[in-house]
Amino acid sequence: MTEALPMAGATANVNLAGLTKNDYRGAPSTLCQGCGHNSISNQIIAALYEMNTVPEDVMKFSGIGCSSKSPTYFLNRTFGFNSLHGRMPSIATGALFANAKMKGIGVSGDGDSASIGMGQFKHVMRRNVNMVYIVENNGVYGLTKGQFSATAERGLQLKKQGENPYMPVDICMEALISNATFVARSFAGNPKQVKELLKAAIAHEGIAVLDIISPCVTFNDQANAFHSYAWGKDHEQPLHEISYIAPRSEIMLEREMEEGEIREVSMHDGSTVILKNLEKSYDPANRYEAMRVMEEARENNWLVTGLLYINETKPTLTTMYDLVDTPLNRLTEADLRPDRSAIDKVNALMF
Amino acid sequence: MNKIVNDFSITVGTKNGSGSSTANNTILRSIFKMGIPVSGKNLFPSNIQGLPTWYTIRANKDGFIARQDTNDIVIAINPDSFAKDLASVTPGGAFFYSDDIKQPITRVDVAIYPMPIKAIVRNDPNVPSDFRDLVGNMVYVGVLAQMINMDLEKILAALTFHFKGKQKPIDMNFNAVKAGAEYAKTSLEKKDPFYLEPMNKTDGLIMADGNTAAAIGSIFGGVQFAAWYPITPASSLAESVIDYLPVLRKREDGKKTYAIVQAEDELAALGMTVGAGWAGLRAMTSTSGPGLSLMTEFAGLAYYAEIPVVVWDVQRIGPSTGLPTRTSQGDLTFTYHIGHGDSHSVILLPGDISECFDFGWQSLDLAERIQTPVFVLSDLDMGMNQWMSKPFQYPETPMDRGKVLWENDLEEIKGNWGRYLDKDGDGIPYRTIPGNKHPMSAYFTRGTGHDEYAKYTEDSTMYIKNMERLKSKHYNAQKFMPKPILHSVKGATVGIIAFGSTENAILEAQYQIEKEHGIKADFLRIRAIPFTEEVTKFIEKYDQIFVVEMNRDAQMQQILITEYPQHAMRFKSVAHHDGLPASAKWVREGILANYEKDAAQKKITGKKTVAKAKPVSKSKKEATKKPVKKVAAKSKSAVKSKRK
Repeated sequence: MTEALPMAGATANVNLAGLTKNDYRGAPSTLCQGCGHNSISNQIIAALYEMNTVPEDVMKFSGIGCSSKSPTYFLNRTFGFNSLHGRMPSIATGALFANAKMKGIGVSGDGDSASIGMGQFKHVMRRNVNMVYIVENNGVYGLTKGQFSATAERGLQLKKQGENPYMPVDICMEALISNATFVARSFAGNPKQVKELLKAAIAHEGIAVLDIISPCVTFNDQANAFHSYAWGKDHEQPLHEISYIAPRSEIMLEREMEEGEIREVSMHDGSTVILKNLEKSYDPANRYEAMRVMEEARENNWLVTGLLYINETKPTLTTMYDLVDTPLNRLTEADLRPDRSAIDKVNALMF
Repeated sequence: MNKIVNDFSITVGTKNGSGSSTANNTILRSIFKMGIPVSGKNLFPSNIQGLPTWYTIRANKDGFIARQDTNDIVIAINPDSFAKDLASVTPGGAFFYSDDIKQPITRVDVAIYPMPIKAIVRNDPNVPSDFRDLVGNMVYVGVLAQMINMDLEKILAALTFHFKGKQKPIDMNFNAVKAGAEYAKTSLEKKDPFYLEPMNKTDGLIMADGNTAAAIGSIFGGVQFAAWYPITPASSLAESVIDYLPVLRKREDGKKTYAIVQAEDELAALGMTVGAGWAGLRAMTSTSGPGLSLMTEFAGLAYYAEIPVVVWDVQRIGPSTGLPTRTSQGDLTFTYHIGHGDSHSVILLPGDISECFDFGWQSLDLAERIQTPVFVLSDLDMGMNQWMSKPFQYPETPMDRGKVLWENDLEEIKGNWGRYLDKDGDGIPYRTIPGNKHPMSAYFTRGTGHDEYAKYTEDSTMYIKNMERLKSKHYNAQKFMPKPILHSVKGATVGIIAFGSTENAILEAQYQIEKEHGIKADFLRIRAIPFTEEVTKFIEKYDQIFVVEMNRDAQMQQILITEYPQHAMRFKSVAHHDGLPASAKWVREGILANYEKDAAQKKITGKKTVAKAKPVSKSKKEATKKPVKKVAAKSKSAVKSKRK
């Protein structure tokens, strides 16, 4: 990717927030060359830059693992919390109460979410915490050098581990069953789709799960492995072509798009997600359909990608709590400590 | 027969889930309202319905209200525990029983009072049949009231409070009380010596439980976030936060300044709390031992990443699930070094109900001031039982939000700051909070090795520097800690150290050992770790110090020995772990069993040790000391350097 660096006095390459792409970058990645996670980090940078998001309006979170290291590699100007293995959801849940206007972006992995963190993963879904929950899914433990993860397919052969005897966990299915309000699957080998889904996920109010197949080039990239680049390229079946249209932007449809070929999803922030049908029409508002499509993909060995499910009507966790407009973490003693007369009232309530 | 006035215990044996707690609380509150010092302890099983449960009340004119091991008056309602209950009455005591229990009365040395509870309730047409068992409990309240002169007006006041002024249940229950009293008046002849007489010793006091007090204290401390998972005996702490927040932090616009989440487990409960604390909210969680075990990993993270949170541990007895409804002080050493790797926890140790309130708000100040998890160790006895207490006092100091840099602060220092930089030399760094719009405000928090600017590092020098700073931060924090409470006796020759809910039992034992055995002991109740200077001075003062606590392994003593190795030989353990609220009996017996008369005598006369100490003694003053004391003098400087 070639980027023109901003020059003194130049306004080029500055987005509507007055920031350059550099303002969205992080420290240099220490992950392996070719790791799918790096490509996802780049798309996060691009998506937020293009959406004019102010980095200080975001909190980033992660658990433990290769994927969880990646928040270091984007959004230097954003508060971040690299927490404990499988515990990102609880940290994010508590932190996002501090300022309900801020968006959470969390990066987890298949070990972090589908094994040790399965409990918290399921509960953050049902609470509809206002965050993007990315699972960089490669079917393998990288940092500990190549053990099976819970999303590894049965029969997968790994160098030191032999053959995986267990059935895999499907992140999207688990999210959907747990009442997630936005469920999507993508493939790091399809960066354009990753970016557009990221934008839609960021625009979504509530939990947005992005299960991104993100190959581990070091431990699990054999051509016949479900989480490899080669397999993904051969077996990807996108549900639709997805484009995110920012609020107040005119929706320009390409001429060949005809009635019935596209589906518009209006987001809370005024943006629109345009889904262009491919072979069949797919309605991501239909939960049954989402389950059917995932089951169909499983039976046929397809990597089905795209926006599987979206529900814009459910309140987010903080909305349910009916909080004051001022961020809770800006409240002061005057807001928080009952006045002196309250102590007599309280003592009178005791026997 | 000589009357025994305002100095006896009453124990009620009932079935769990039979609704007797209303009746028992009514007795407790009535005695309290009569102005007589009183305590009530619920000794209950881990069960919803059916198993035997006891409630023991102690009234004492002199204010000694620790649980008594003896039962002067026993009320037996449960056939399953009838024989045991009858056997438990002290000779010369009184035994009341529900006359539908047809079991042999095997005692001739106690006054026996049958009570036709079922018949009385059945005869009242106003009591619906499904309420008979509940209301029946009030009959024994009435019978007892008549026999020991408990004031019916005070009973009515207690019922009015309990039923929040709702006339129908008040009437239904009070009628049963009156019927019981009437029956006793006409049918029972007084054969025991126990009487109540009004006093004025509870004027100005309130009755409350520690969990409620802790919850309200936390609200006065401005708590904004609490996450919790149900567990006995801590659940009512979080539930009280939920109950009282809408009352005490009501706003005209109806919007909330707080959020409470019932988490999926204790891992998530502390996880959410840590997230909230990190993001600048006054955050707390409450649990008991098994929950604290699950919270261990987040406690370690909060310690290392320096995140302010408050964790209430309402202790029950372990290990493992242990005895879930029995009290304990068994989580102390676990809490002190919670988590893997090196760590020291800041711990508050409330000893009564008003301290539960005070530590409710103070813990939130301390957590933000020191930027560390603050653990408050209460226990089941304090947490769930109603205690007499001083009224809650409004916080005397403004909220301390600690070292936080907002936009203007960063502007002033031109964004030049480091999250873990020890700028002030006290080990406490500055922090920023998400939502801060200054472009230099953000940092990346992690449980991995980090440098002074919160960047990932595995550099050894940096690791050591950071860990040493954390250690010094811990010991520096002693200046913020609540000081111990000293109960001193003139001419004391030995010391007692304890903490938490054992205070009443120890005060009584302290009185008894002086009166009956001539042992004069000063009693220091520690209220916080790290230990303050007063603790050090107290330890230096006595050759024999009895460390009284409710656990098997003498956990406080272990910590004292670790922190004061030069004084290790002074500590004598009085540890007890039967799961019951402390009684003066075991404290007294424990002290007497460990007491070395010679050692204490020598302190006064100096005779015995002169010869022993002669070879190394250099002055007359030193000659009066035990050999261990010389070790003390030598290693004093070691303590100082350790605490630098």
